[in-house]
Amino acid sequence: MKIAIASGKGGTGKTTVATSLAYVAASDGHSVAYLDCDVEEPNGHLFLKPQIIREEPIRKWIPVVDPDRCTHCGLCSQACRYGAIACVGEETLIFTELCHSCGGCLLVCPEDAIREVPKPIGRLRTGKSGQVEFVEGVLDVGEAMSPPAIQAVKDTAPDVELILYDCPPGTSCPVIESVRGCDLLLLVTEPTPFGLHDLKLAVEMARALKLRFGVVINRADMGDREVWDYCSHQRIAILAEIPDELAVAEAYSRGEMAAESVPRLAEQVRRLLEMILSGAPV
Amino acid sequence: MKVAVTAQDPNLESTVDPRFGRARYFLLVDTDTGNFTAHDNAQNLNALQGAGIQAAQTVVQLGAEALLTGNVGPKAFTTLQAGGVTVYPGATGTVQQALEDLRSGRLQPAGKANVEGHWV
Repeated sequence: MKIAIASGKGGTGKTTVATSLAYVAASDGHSVAYLDCDVEEPNGHLFLKPQIIREEPIRKWIPVVDPDRCTHCGLCSQACRYGAIACVGEETLIFTELCHSCGGCLLVCPEDAIREVPKPIGRLRTGKSGQVEFVEGVLDVGEAMSPPAIQAVKDTAPDVELILYDCPPGTSCPVIESVRGCDLLLLVTEPTPFGLHDLKLAVEMARALKLRFGVVINRADMGDREVWDYCSHQRIAILAEIPDELAVAEAYSRGEMAAESVPRLAEQVRRLLEMILSGAPV
Repeated sequence: MKVAVTAQDPNLESTVDPRFGRARYFLLVDTDTGNFTAHDNAQNLNALQGAGIQAAQTVVQLGAEALLTGNVGPKAFTTLQAGGVTVYPGATGTVQQALEDLRSGRLQPAGKANVEGHWV
């Protein structure tokens, strides 16, 4: 079963929920993998403290023009919907930082003058944290396209009972790439106007992608009741409510696994896990 | 000489559009005759990315030898340079004033982009 943990707003507790689910699942004897898909700022390793066993480069494919064959006909430039190619005078320029590796330019080139070459964009790190299988992608600084790195992370998922995708914040391309293909999407939010505003965007995304999803309300005893009203009105299942606890914040700030340091949190996460494994009512 | 000028309206009295890639119009002016044509840049104005590159390609294809505009970023500059277009950034006022500033030498050609690139 593949579970994506996402949110609209950043800082709602995605990583706390995802790493705690991994920790509790492993403690209860389930085979589980934690995949950090937030490749621009992966932080699950701070809490899981994995032993990294393998590290390899992540590459994306970029087009290269053979100047001897190119006739500067401009078909590749017209085909590129990302505006990454310009044919000017006797030169065909490719701005690879804008390239989405779709391969369209290769298909339309009548002179067979374009080939693809791999370009390193980051690193893939795999290892183990206790019994938890750990995978993370780390995008190189200055690299703008994270989806190929997220794909590499997801392609590395081991064959286990439970796969957890810790997703980036927001609702743009990197999040779509991260949640795609999951069996259940957990939207972590908090009961604040910001939390609700971005939850609504995340719900729209989940519905557009036709994903099964439910909400986890973190710091549930602060803020207001608007998130509950919204979920009730929209008939969205609230799968867990995690109270605001100083002990969790303290454990987090020390880089400790919150579910290990705060047994009460572990119990709440265990209930969530059991609900998920028995078929969450979403 | 054929000169491209970024403009907010399709006439010579228009204010110069300070943006290059997402300019509203390109006016292609023949400085010998004073004749001009206006070219809508709506397609690049609404592009998700790469507006500067594609706008530069448009200007090259229009046959311009020089470009008068407000700001040009690095990718657009590279493309314009490859297409043999001399770039005069810092143009202000109306299109007519910008052309006058070119004649009088107040506008000087740039050897590199005058602003940094940006995402979307």
